[in-house]
This record gives sequence, C-alpha cells and structure tokens, in this order.
Amino acid sequence: MLMRLVPHPLLSLTLVVAWLALVNTFTLGNLILGTFFGLIIPLLTAAYWPDRPKIRRPLKAAEYGLVVLWDIIVANVQVASIILFKPEPTIRSHWVVVPLELTSAEAITVLAGTITMTPGTVSAMLSSDGGCILVHCLHTDNPDDVRDAIKSRYERRLMEIFP
Amino acid sequence: MHPAAEIVIAIALVISGVFGFVGSYGLIKLKDTVQRLHAPTKATTLGVGGVLIASMVYFVADTEQISIHELLITLFLFLTAPITANFIAKTYMARNLEDDELPRSVGKFGWSVYDAPPDGGMER
Repeated sequence: MLMRLVPHPLLSLTLVVAWLALVNTFTLGNLILGTFFGLIIPLLTAAYWPDRPKIRRPLKAAEYGLVVLWDIIVANVQVASIILFKPEPTIRSHWVVVPLELTSAEAITVLAGTITMTPGTVSAMLSSDGGCILVHCLHTDNPDDVRDAIKSRYERRLMEIFP
Repeated sequence: MHPAAEIVIAIALVISGVFGFVGSYGLIKLKDTVQRLHAPTKATTLGVGGVLIASMVYFVADTEQISIHELLITLFLFLTAPITANFIAKTYMARNLEDDELPRSVGKFGWSVYDAPPDGGMER
C-alpha cells in the first residue's frame, strides 16, 4: 500500500524540499502543498522511471559532491588561465576514449555531467552500447593521464555509490 | 549593512565579473566549435556562482533572512549545463565530423551518433 502511494520516495522527498526552497518560506500550508506535489508528480511520471536508482552509500555521495565542487572551482581557474595566457597555436586539444565499468544509466549520466563540469574536459558522446565515453580535452600533453584521472577520481567513487 | 559584508559582496561580484568576461572572451579566442564549448560550460559556472554568493550574503546581511533560491539556481545550473554542452557537441559531430575522424570506441559498437544501438538500448 505504502509502495503504491509513494513509488519513488527519493523523488518525492526531493520535490517537497525543492518546493519549500522555491517558495523560500516555511509554513504549514506550503508544506502540505509541497507534499501534495511530492505525491502526485511521481505517480503521473511513473512511466518515465522504469528503474529506481538506489544510492547505496549516502555519505559517499556527499563526499563525491564535495570533491566535484572543489574540482569545479579548480577547473574554472585552469580553463580561465588557458584562455587568457596560452597563445592559441599552442593549445593542443585531444579526443580521449574512456572505457566504462559503470553499467546503470543513472551512474553514467552523473559521470558524464561530472566530466563536463570539471578540468578542461567535455563529455561528447557515448558508444551506442554504453561501453565507453568520448571526451574532448581542451589542453593536455598526455591524453592517457586524463583517462586515468577520470577513472580513478570519479568512476571509482561512483562505483561505490551506485550498485 | 556591516562593512565586512559589503567587502565580501564586492569581492564575489568582481570574481564573477572576471570569470564571466573570460568565458565570453574564450568564445572569440578559441578556434573550433568543440574547443569553444569549454569556455561557457566552465568559466561561467564560477561567474554565476559569484553573483549567487553575493546575493545570499546580501540578503543575510540586509534582511537577516536566509535566501535559498540561490542554491536552487546553482543546482539547476549544474543539472542543465552538461546536457546543453552534450547536445551542442553531438549536433556538431553529426553535421561536421565523420566517424573516422574520431578515435575508435573500445567495445564492439561504434559511437552513438553514427552507429545503431544493439537491441535493448543501454542493456549490455
């Protein structure tokens, strides 16, 4: 019964919190309205959520968020210095192929988003079976290092979070 | 308003202005489309982030109420920026690049813009 009423508890919770943050004031009326949305939207959109991603270790997920946040700040400074101080002919861009060990669609989505937000890399395309990801690197002397860094820094952490 | 708050707000605004400018300058300086993608996806994140931090500090110092809207803007930005970049990259490759100009994929199947997926979509 509870599972039918709340098919996607994590999504419901996110919607309630997002609603309260949107109205910016915490009142009982807003909480009730937010809970209403939290219950009705997952039911209406259930068809688009064939799988329920399970987050195995919430603490690891929080750690991952902080690591990525720090890397984003570093990425901004690095990219800014490349744009400002590197003469255009000396910028060496590379395509890097990163083989994936992650299998769930959600985990790969998070990894692709992380790659785009962090140092000098943009994720461009998946292979059609989802087995590897094509990454464009703005400037590097050694493409293999970039691939290894992505695998050891992000993918290893994501494998611990997503089962 | 407390002078310390004003200093923090000013610093955050200057940082955001500098990064916003660098992001836009990158669009002019870099030479091909995929390189240009790097400038707006990254340099502007800190640009927008600086404005949002300034805004949060301002509302705490001025009205003594914590404003959460800025955190939501950050969250939505982090969710949407990679998707935009990905779509621009894919469109560029579909229109301008051939399969053999890219490095080969590791597995049995090629890149998704050029190759049909195996039966069952993402399942391997």
